[in-house]
Amino acid sequence: MTAVREAVARAEPKPPARTGQVKAAARWVRRAPLLPALIFTIVVTQLPFVATLVISLMRWNSLDPTNRGFAGVDNYTAVFTDPDLRSAIGTTVLLTVTVVFVSLVLGLVLALLLDRKFAGRGLVRTMLIAPFLVVPVAAALLWKHALYNPEYGLLNGVLTWLFGADAPQPEWISGMPLIAVEASLVWQWTPFMMLILLAGLQSRPQDAVEAARIDGATAWQVFRYLTLPHLRQYLELGALLGSIYIVQNFDAVFTITSGGLGTANLPYTIYQTFYQAHDYGQASAAGVVVVVGSIVIATFALRVVSSLLREEVRG
Amino acid sequence: MSRILGVAAWFAGLLFFAPVAWMVLTSLHSEPDAATNPPSLAAPVTFDSYAEFFDSEPWPPLINSLSASVGSTVLVLLLAIPAAYALSIKKVEKWSDVLFFFLSTKMLPVVAGLLPIYLVAQYTGMLDNISFLVVLYTSMNLPIAVWLMRSFLAEVPGEILEAAALDGAGLVTTLRRVVAPVAMPGIAATSLICFIFSWNELLFARVLTGVVAGTAPVYLTGFVTSQGLFLAKVCAAAVVVSLPVLVAGFAAQDKLVQGLSLGAVK
Repeated sequence: MTAVREAVARAEPKPPARTGQVKAAARWVRRAPLLPALIFTIVVTQLPFVATLVISLMRWNSLDPTNRGFAGVDNYTAVFTDPDLRSAIGTTVLLTVTVVFVSLVLGLVLALLLDRKFAGRGLVRTMLIAPFLVVPVAAALLWKHALYNPEYGLLNGVLTWLFGADAPQPEWISGMPLIAVEASLVWQWTPFMMLILLAGLQSRPQDAVEAARIDGATAWQVFRYLTLPHLRQYLELGALLGSIYIVQNFDAVFTITSGGLGTANLPYTIYQTFYQAHDYGQASAAGVVVVVGSIVIATFALRVVSSLLREEVRG
Repeated sequence: MSRILGVAAWFAGLLFFAPVAWMVLTSLHSEPDAATNPPSLAAPVTFDSYAEFFDSEPWPPLINSLSASVGSTVLVLLLAIPAAYALSIKKVEKWSDVLFFFLSTKMLPVVAGLLPIYLVAQYTGMLDNISFLVVLYTSMNLPIAVWLMRSFLAEVPGEILEAAALDGAGLVTTLRRVVAPVAMPGIAATSLICFIFSWNELLFARVLTGVVAGTAPVYLTGFVTSQGLFLAKVCAAAVVVSLPVLVAGFAAQDKLVQGLSLGAVK
């Protein structure tokens, strides 16, 4: 479609440019609608990072405001030798990878189940979407108090139902803190993955599947050699978008464990450094480290999206 | 086989829905009935928790959330639609670089810019002010909106635009007759997504607002008390705060998919 339009545009005789000025003016007319959004984004999202970079090189604690000055790389040394921050990096990676991977796999299974006709399909789809539509803080509170609570939470309640009065009653949050946070996030993000993958399944060319079936391909062969390659870009899209959101997760960690028991991820740790310790310099240095890490991951991720975009342009 | 898979789908649906159903059911029980083991499913239904929730002055935070979400969604649309136009219909040079710049801002963790943003709010007296949140939520959702709107506007058939130009249609007529019909579903999907993400936001609201401009998610976190039973009350509050998102999301399921995939899926 785009290619057609460009071809038409090229074929059209261009009006002879009278002066360079007219051409420049025309270019600015074209750019004008873009500028408000672009300037707004640069000011609100990029300038703070520049400021963070500057503050990260300063000695600045809000509890000791007179002792402010240039600190060089001291804050960075502190950040890299701080065991809390190093473990936060590990936790963030583990949390993001686990949640994205498990949600993708579950989302794929659910999408395959929903991609077939059965009685009440619309209702099941609606029920499956519900977890994603619960406000994240509300979901975290729900899991912490109504499900995980060892005395009256639903999980231990179900165990009592199944095994009677002497059923095991595990302490879910203190016993497996990171898994507890991950489970609540998987519950919320699986519907997201399912929706994207289901849309992918439904855009699958049916004639190829039919042809393969007629040629005697098994269900597994159809899935492995037709469905999965077709779904690849949808899986990548789900993984990319899921990572963007989950790597920044704050609500679940803040609510369920308050960052305790080894579940403090980077967003929570930086929030805490800045909110409780008031060490602005060190919090900023941590922020810069996170940004550098994100840029590395983002460069890779953007390549994935750009391949999607190229396909769209070609198609 | 096919019957088993249908049953499996139903089982999965019920399993994922169970916590939501449990939240609603608990909110309708009295506090003692909500805190039993094994759970009392058939306990008498009462609306006490909702009554208590609405007695606890929930309107200021709910209205704050509504203003921040609606305000930022409107602002996002005002900025994103012209930008998307310049990235799809009348393309600027290097349009795909610009597009990727927008997306890349979503990948920088907001928490890294939190401190300067806090300091700006402090120095300009904008702490605890809902308009400051509107600006931040706009910047948070603008990249998503630009991507979404661009993918919709890119569907406007070039031939029709050419034909309209040949027929001497002006910009306003072209926008109204040719672009608007294609853009409308995109605007709906964008609004839905921006509304949901703003309504859900906790980190900025928690750091930058206080008693005046506190939003519903912040209010929710303060609903847990250290003494006494609070499970039914928390569930009632969670249901009320989630209700706008649940209703909007269920009502516009197809728009939800389009929005979440940045328009890659239509």
